Order: sequence, then structure tokens, then C-alpha cells
Amino acid sequence: MKARIKIMLKNGVLDPQGEAIKHALNNIGFESVTGVRQGKVIELEIDGSDKGQVRSELDKMCNKLLANTVIENFEIEIL
Amino acid sequence: MKAAVIVFPGSNCDRDLAVALEMVGFEVSKIWHKDSELERGIDLVAIPGGFSFGDYLRVGAIAANSPICKSIISHAERGGYIVGICNGFQILTETGLLPGALLRNSGLKYICKTVDLNVETANSIFTNKYNPSNVIRLPIAHHDGNYNADVPDIETMRDQDLIAFTYCDNPNGSIENIAGILSSNRRVLGMMPHPERASEKAHGNLDGVGFFKGLVESVSTA
Repeated sequence: MKARIKIMLKNGVLDPQGEAIKHALNNIGFESVTGVRQGKVIELEIDGSDKGQVRSELDKMCNKLLANTVIENFEIEIL
Repeated sequence: MKAAVIVFPGSNCDRDLAVALEMVGFEVSKIWHKDSELERGIDLVAIPGGFSFGDYLRVGAIAANSPICKSIISHAERGGYIVGICNGFQILTETGLLPGALLRNSGLKYICKTVDLNVETANSIFTNKYNPSNVIRLPIAHHDGNYNADVPDIETMRDQDLIAFTYCDNPNGSIENIAGILSSNRRVLGMMPHPERASEKAHGNLDGVGFFKGLVESVSTA
């Protein structure tokens, strides 16, 4: 089974990389861009056939290692 | 007095930290991150600066899940002393032993320079040699030193006097200018500046000496 995890900084946590990307886009003429947030995507291949069980394993992985829930939110997608 | 300096792949301040601890009288052993036990009788665990695991995923995240960290957490639960400097601070927040998290510097650049710091409290074994009305100067060298914590955590730190050091001129965007914090039992300290790089004459700066002297004197009388 394949899964994709999207990790984003929480709202309210300053994202200096997103800000830099926004400035760069504005500077090359994309002046309509008013906000950029940068996150990360992690794709996993995982053994298992029970989607519910795989999802609960992925949830544990995110809480334990893949995301820092002090500053980040995560979304799990099973492909 | 025995100190354990933890070494991860990518640690690069482990030797400097060991030398600074030895100079004040600690017997220092270096412990590889794959060891699962600290040797008996360790008074102080010291987590050095560097780029453990190449800063992959998030700074400190992979190190915080390495085998030795379970023993470090048990050491903290027994009331043991722990200091984490720079990457060590990042690792301590990732283990949950200290609140908050360290984000990319607000100016996005890696910063390597000596900065002025306020010692916010002398009430810890790490800071009791400093006079809180004095400004000290210590080197910083980091890309991810922008300390972040939620409002209740910051209020708790303020109320319980757990902010150890603040920047006089905030270089990295840290909330409340925070450069170093204490755990609620005051026995775990994380800080971004490097006292071990200001502890010998040849460094041209001795402002870090008090940090290590305070440690060794307090641990030996504990």
C-alpha cells in the first residue's frame, strides 16, 4: 500500500521559507501572490491490507517522528 | 563527578564540550547514540552541537528517537542533570524534555557570530556563577535557532523563572528573545549559544567558564 503524508507548519507559526518564496515570486512579476506556506510531502510504501489499521499506524508514525505537533499539522492520504 | 557527552553521526562540538567539562574537573565519557544504556553514576548528560543525522526531516528529530535517548529521558525522570547546546537544545525539545521547538532563523541565513546575552536567572546550576545584571558574550552558530513555543508555555516559563538566557539583540526571530530555557525542575537546560567555545584563553573569550564552573561545583555538592 502507498501512503502520502503532507506536513505543514501550523497557522500562526512564522514560515520564513514561505515568506522568501513569496518575495521571490513577487520580484519576478507574480505580484498577485499574497501568501506562501512551504511544507513537506513524505511518500511511504507500507505492508498491510487493512486501510484502517495502516492509517492508525501512520498516525502513530506522524506523532512519534514524522511531524512535530508542537509546530506542525499533518494529513494522511492512502493512495 | 561524571559527565557523559552523547555523540551522534554529525555531532561536531562533542570534543569541545568534553574538553570544557574536563577542564573544570568532570570525568567525561563519550557515549555513542546506538548505546542504549548510560553507565552508572553519571551526574550530567551533555548533548553537543552539530548537525545530527544531517538535520534530515527536522533538526534533532532523528537523534531524539535514537536508542540512547530512552536512557536520557530516564535520567531526566530520576532528576538527573542534562545540558543541550545548539543541536543538543534542538534534540531536547524533540524528546519533549523541554517545551517548544526550534525553527529556521527568521532571516533564513546561517548565523555564526558572538552575541550579547542577558542571564535571566541565576537560580540554576548552569547560571549560578553569573550575575543577572551582567551581559555576557557567547558565540552562536546555527541555522535553526528561532525558538517557538505557545503562549501558555511562555507564560509558565515567565511565571516559574525558567528562561535562562535571552539575546540582547535578537538574531534569529526567537519568541521573547529566548536563547536558553530550563525544565520545570530546573535540572535540564537547552541553549543555542556555545559556552564551550568561550572557555579558554585561546578562544579570546572566557565568558563560558562560569557556566562549567557552576555546573561542577553544584554537582559535586549535590
